[in-house]
Amino acid sequence: MPVLSNVSFDVEAGLALILRGPNGIGKTTLLRTLAGLQEPVAGTCDFPADQAAYASHADGIKTALTVRENLAFWADVYGNTVPDAIWDWFDLADLRDRFAGTLSAGQKRRVGLARLGVINRKVLFLDEPTVSLDGFSVKLFSNFIRDQHLANGGIAVIATHIDLGLDEATTLDLTPFAAADFGPSDSDEAFL
Amino acid sequence: MIALLLRDLRLATRAGGGFGLGLVFFLIVVVLVPFGVGPETAILSKIASGILWVAALLAALLSLDRIFALDFEDGALTLIATAPIPLEAMGLAKATAHWLTTGLPLTIAAPILGVLLQLPNSGYSIVALTLLLGTPALSMIGTFGAALTVGIRRGGLLLSLLVLPLYIPTLIFGAEAARRGTAGLDATTPLLMLAGITAGCIALLPFATAAVLRINLR
Repeated sequence: MPVLSNVSFDVEAGLALILRGPNGIGKTTLLRTLAGLQEPVAGTCDFPADQAAYASHADGIKTALTVRENLAFWADVYGNTVPDAIWDWFDLADLRDRFAGTLSAGQKRRVGLARLGVINRKVLFLDEPTVSLDGFSVKLFSNFIRDQHLANGGIAVIATHIDLGLDEATTLDLTPFAAADFGPSDSDEAFL
Repeated sequence: MIALLLRDLRLATRAGGGFGLGLVFFLIVVVLVPFGVGPETAILSKIASGILWVAALLAALLSLDRIFALDFEDGALTLIATAPIPLEAMGLAKATAHWLTTGLPLTIAAPILGVLLQLPNSGYSIVALTLLLGTPALSMIGTFGAALTVGIRRGGLLLSLLVLPLYIPTLIFGAEAARRGTAGLDATTPLLMLAGITAGCIALLPFATAAVLRINLR
């Protein structure tokens, strides 16, 4: 059953695309499709798949591991090492040896976002990255995206409801692309 | 893949990781059986190898639902699925971690606990050998079952129902080899069958696990 139709966009290296739209419009579906977790009903996505990474609103941070161990795991998986600067980018210097289970929701979220700095991928698909972050942390995050990611030729597709303060970002409102509900008839094909 | 294996081992041995769960269950069953059956040496030594096998199987079953459920709940499974690790390798890493934290300790504990069940002297090495050969199959099959039920809340019951029938061939040949070896008979045929089941599981089930994970994560 199609959720969105006729969505089409280009993002150039060094730019971000902000996805907007009311809850349930299909932002997560679009991002998961881009990340390869589900097949598109029709159409194509063209980007270097070995440079893409996805982050959902669940961070996958293990509460029984320390912050450092969590990030080291992701660095290992992606064949990198944890850059020392990461602790400053996300203000985690004091937290690195704490167990992730003892962190607050916002601190944990920062660790989850720090994963993006560790895995070092050029194309990021981010689903509501700023949930449960305070204003200061949102600023840390948008600074990271602008100064570390986009400035180095990265691309980010971000679904969010708040203003990240990224000047280079274009915004795509998904509301007009909602797939009309054609019911169970098989005439859907013609509209895709 | 090594990174994932090491992470799982580390998680299993941390507080709340469930490392001792299967082992303690195994110990409890083996300690309780002589109370239930009675202390006659003749009866106990006859059923000892079978009890050890059934207890090991149930102990392995106990920790299956942790394999993917925890990673699914906190979102790690989706992130690992989009990471540059093939899902097949992930299934193999998960099964290996499960075996190292349940199958291997059970194999080591079985001959020691055999004393409580009056296991005859001839049985210690064969029970350990059959468990060493058979428990990897239990972990592989269990990982496949856990992948099938990932995302189902409280899927433990369904998981047990799905996995138990698949465990039966392993149990039959494992327990039969252990029984024959203990009785001093030739156990080559069931041992080879057991090794065949394990080899087949290791060769095929990572692909099945990856296929169902792909569907369940959609």
